[in-house]
Formats: sequence, structure tokens, C-alpha cells
Amino acid sequence: MTIERKEVEHVARLARLALSDDEIDVLKDQLSRILGHAERVTSLETEGVPPTSHAIPLSNVFRADEVVPGLSTEEALSNAPEVEMDHFRVPRILEEGQA
Amino acid sequence: MSELWQLNGSKLAAMVKAKEVSASEVTESVLARLEEVEGSISSFVTKTPEVARQKAKEVDDAIGAGADPGPLAGVPFALKDIICTKGIRSTASSKILESYVPPYSATVAQRLDSAGLPLVGKTNLDEFAMGSSTENSAFFTTKNPWDIERVPGGSSGGSAASVASGQAVWSIGTDTGGSIRQPAALCGVVGVKPTYGLVSRYGLIAFASSLDQAGPFTRDVRDAALMLGQIAGHDRMDSTSLPDAVPDYVGHLQDGIDGLRIGVVTQLAGEGLQEGVRTRFRESVTILEKLGAQIGEVSLPTFEYGIDVYYLIAPAEASANLARYDGVRFGLRVDGKDALEMNSKTRAEGFGPEVKRRIMLGTYALSAGYYDAYYGKAQKARTLIIRDFERAYQDFDLLISPGSPTTAFRFGEKTDDPLTMYLSDICNVPSSLAGAAAMSVPCGLSPDDGLPVGLQFMAKALDEVTMLKAAYAFEQELGFTDKPPSWNAS
Repeated sequence: MTIERKEVEHVARLARLALSDDEIDVLKDQLSRILGHAERVTSLETEGVPPTSHAIPLSNVFRADEVVPGLSTEEALSNAPEVEMDHFRVPRILEEGQA
Repeated sequence: MSELWQLNGSKLAAMVKAKEVSASEVTESVLARLEEVEGSISSFVTKTPEVARQKAKEVDDAIGAGADPGPLAGVPFALKDIICTKGIRSTASSKILESYVPPYSATVAQRLDSAGLPLVGKTNLDEFAMGSSTENSAFFTTKNPWDIERVPGGSSGGSAASVASGQAVWSIGTDTGGSIRQPAALCGVVGVKPTYGLVSRYGLIAFASSLDQAGPFTRDVRDAALMLGQIAGHDRMDSTSLPDAVPDYVGHLQDGIDGLRIGVVTQLAGEGLQEGVRTRFRESVTILEKLGAQIGEVSLPTFEYGIDVYYLIAPAEASANLARYDGVRFGLRVDGKDALEMNSKTRAEGFGPEVKRRIMLGTYALSAGYYDAYYGKAQKARTLIIRDFERAYQDFDLLISPGSPTTAFRFGEKTDDPLTMYLSDICNVPSSLAGAAAMSVPCGLSPDDGLPVGLQFMAKALDEVTMLKAAYAFEQELGFTDKPPSWNAS
């Protein structure tokens, strides 16, 4: 199992991680080794076996539609890096002229 | 004459209730002990002595007014710092949450607060609970009270070390793939991973949502039963929490295990064990037999793939859960020219190497072209592991293995190779993947290095009663009374 450097870069972009060149080199080797080990699961016969996403059977959990107190605006914004007019303020998302 | 901090929770709670001692006196004793050894153990990210004193006073006032304080009141505890506490910094031992102060408390924290337990502090962990040694904390490493040259295990290393060293009478940790049981084994304390859904996950900073579960660290099985009874039960704030009534765990402890069928799992109790661990495990089997249990061996071949399945599923879930750390609503922000650059720089700066590794691993396993081969395959293999458990439970009531394949290892011993560290959880991941109950209970000191060894009991989902009564019977028969070197130093 060998993962290419460009695959690591691609996955880092998907994961929104600005990795350094050194980090990419280290991760390339480590991910290859870890996935190489994990690949052993591919040898298991799973024809017709349903996947498990949740081990305890529980479905359609409903509750009464009642209004209960939640966080105030002030509480919800209390950890925000930047706030403006009761909103989370973020840097520009769209390029000029894209909006 | 024992110091108050040396006594177990059930004993202290009874003394408080009978007015033999006040909650404030108990709390001061524990706080003094906490300070005495914190310099050498480093269990705590945040200490909360004033919160503890205030709660102790409330309990004393209530008792003074003639109220029944409840079965755990006045006995100080610690919380793993991945559990949200309103108004108290909750960091997950990560730089990205270094100054995060939650506007709400986890249900587990609320329930113990309501039960009158003084909170002495928030304990250190591997960042976001990813690790098996607490070396991945972004802040500092916690030492094993039995040997400060060695790790306490992880990820709940601070919770385990604080209980083992007397800095808290009991504590709460979380277990995703062994993070309660393995440190309990390495620190010589009891650690319980309850059935998935038994304890609310509301307010736990999420790692892998289909696996995460909170549970107690205690110095004996009775305390574990007592504390589990307090935190278990349905919570409307967690839609995966089970609706079942909570049994009286303490009431069944002395039921005995005569005739109980206990299976030794071949794949977890054979190759790869430290010799001293193997010795104590074999003796444990003999003790259980002496108590009337019928011991057999059971081979569960898919357990050999447990680590592989776990290290595909848990990072996949983590990569999705940790997407929320984007520098927008809470936590660290590192500026960038646009939102994308801000997100990517924030995450690069805020996450440590292991967290980045798992996010990368999970993102890869979930990415287009690899989903079926890795994540999809792992989910099917998870079904096969559950089927192996079901097969075993046709012939057995409980399964056993060591709580960890080795005793506490030295700092740095496994940090160079992530895979070696991952294999520390080999005994623990099957129960996590099955959402079932499991616990580690001390079974003596390893003859080769004098460090604690844990015995793991695995039970069916929601069969904590059988698991706890077996652990209790074992504990009573073994009579493990050894303590870390500093225990009697003062």
C-alpha cells in the first residue's frame, strides 16, 4: 500500500488542513503504513453482510414538539472569534464580482 | 488511621450522610492531596477548588437542614476535560479549544452536580481522546502514579491517574476504543465502559459518535456500580440514549458467580501479551473458577481484525465530527485572506499531529473511490465482529481478556510509530465496535515489572449487572490492596 504525495495533498485540501511539506512527507509514509495494516479487512468475506453504522438498534426517535429554553444569542456568541451585529463575522467567502 | 482522601466513595458518602464527617472536610482533604502530588503527576488541565468548596458547602447546608443528601453526595470527583462544564474551560486538551468556555454542561456533569459531588477539576487527555498514553495532550503529559517515568495510558490518562493517586475519589472518563479500560488497567483502578447509549453523550466533545461513551473510574467495584447508577439512564438531549430503566447495580453486587459461564477469548489472551500480564491473567482465571464460574475458551476469529476495523471507522467519524472546528463559531481562529485560508490555517495551527493524522486517515477512507473499499468494508466487518460476540454469548455469560496487553510503558516508547500505539487497544476495541459493556478491574501487579495489570470483563449490551457482580466477586476474592508508592508518603 503506497499513497502518493499528490493524494495526501488532495485529502488535506478536502480536510481543510494547511499542511507543511514536512508534514505531507511524514503523513504519506504513515498513512501508507496504517492503511496497509487496515487493508487486512479486505480479506474478510462480506458477501451479503449488511453494514453496521450503529451497534444498538434504535430508530425513529421522536419527542413532543414543545418549546423549551435554549441558548441566548449572547451565550451562543460567547466563544465566537469575531462578532458583528449578533452574527459570527468571517473573512470574505466569495471573490469580488462573484456575489 | 486513614486520611479521608484515601477512603473509597461509598464509605465517604456513608460517613457524610451519617454526619461523621462533613462534605467540606472530605473536600479539603482531597484538595490538599491534589496539590500535594499534582507537581509530580500532572493530572489536571484546570483545577476547580472553589467550585468544589461551594458544592461541599451546599451539601453540608442541606444535611444541616435535615435533607437526605443522596448516596454519593459530598465525595469529590474529577471530569475528563472533553466533557463540557458550563462556565468552566473545557479544552479536550487541544490548542483549538484552549480558551473555550462552554455555555452549557454535559448531562453527565449535570447529574453528578445535582447528586452533590464536588468537582475538583478537569483532567488531561490525549487531544480529542485520540491516543493511548496521554502523550498527545497539547499541554503536557500526565505521569503514571505507580512510576512517573511511565505513561498513565489513555486517552483518559488524567482521570485514571487522579483516582490512582488520591487527587479525586472517583472520576469520569470517556471510552471510544479503550480510553477508559486501558488507562484503568495501567493505573491499577477500576474503569467501566458502559453499553453504548446507557450514558448520555450530550455535552461530550465528539470524537467518534457511534462509539463514544462516558463511564466511571473508581478505586473499587462498588464505587463503580454506585457512580454508574447515577450517570446512567435516558436523556432527551441525546437521541441515541436508550429508554431502558436503570437496574440497581449495587444491589446485585453480592449475587455471586456460581455457575456463571465465562469465556476466555483466544484472540485476546494468547499471542502478544507481556509475560507478567499473562501470568496474572492465568491466575485470574483460576480465581474465577474457584468462585464457581465455568471457564471455557472461545475463538472469535474476527477479533483479530478489530484494530483495523476500528482505525477505519473511528477516524472516518472523527473527520466528520471535527469539521466543526473551522474558526467561525468557537475556538481558535488564525486569520487568512479568505474563509478557506482562514479555515485551513486555523486547523493546521490548532490540531496536533495525531489529530491531523486521524482526520487525514478518515477523510481518505471516506473519499470518492475509496469509500467502499475502506469505510464500507469496515462497516461490514463490524457486523461480523458483532456476530462473533453473538455466537460466543450462546455458550457464555461473560467474556474475559487482559485489560491491556502490557503494563504501563515508558514515555516516548510508542510515539515514533502510530501503528504500535494503536495496537495498545487491541483488547478493548471489539466491545466498542459492538456497543457492548466492558470494564477493567485490577488483578495484581506484574511479576516482571511490579506494575498493575487489569482484567477485562466483556458483557452483552445492557448486561452491566452480570459484569459488575463478577468483577465484584473477583475483587473480593483477590483482595488487591497495593497502592502507588506515594500513597502513604505523607
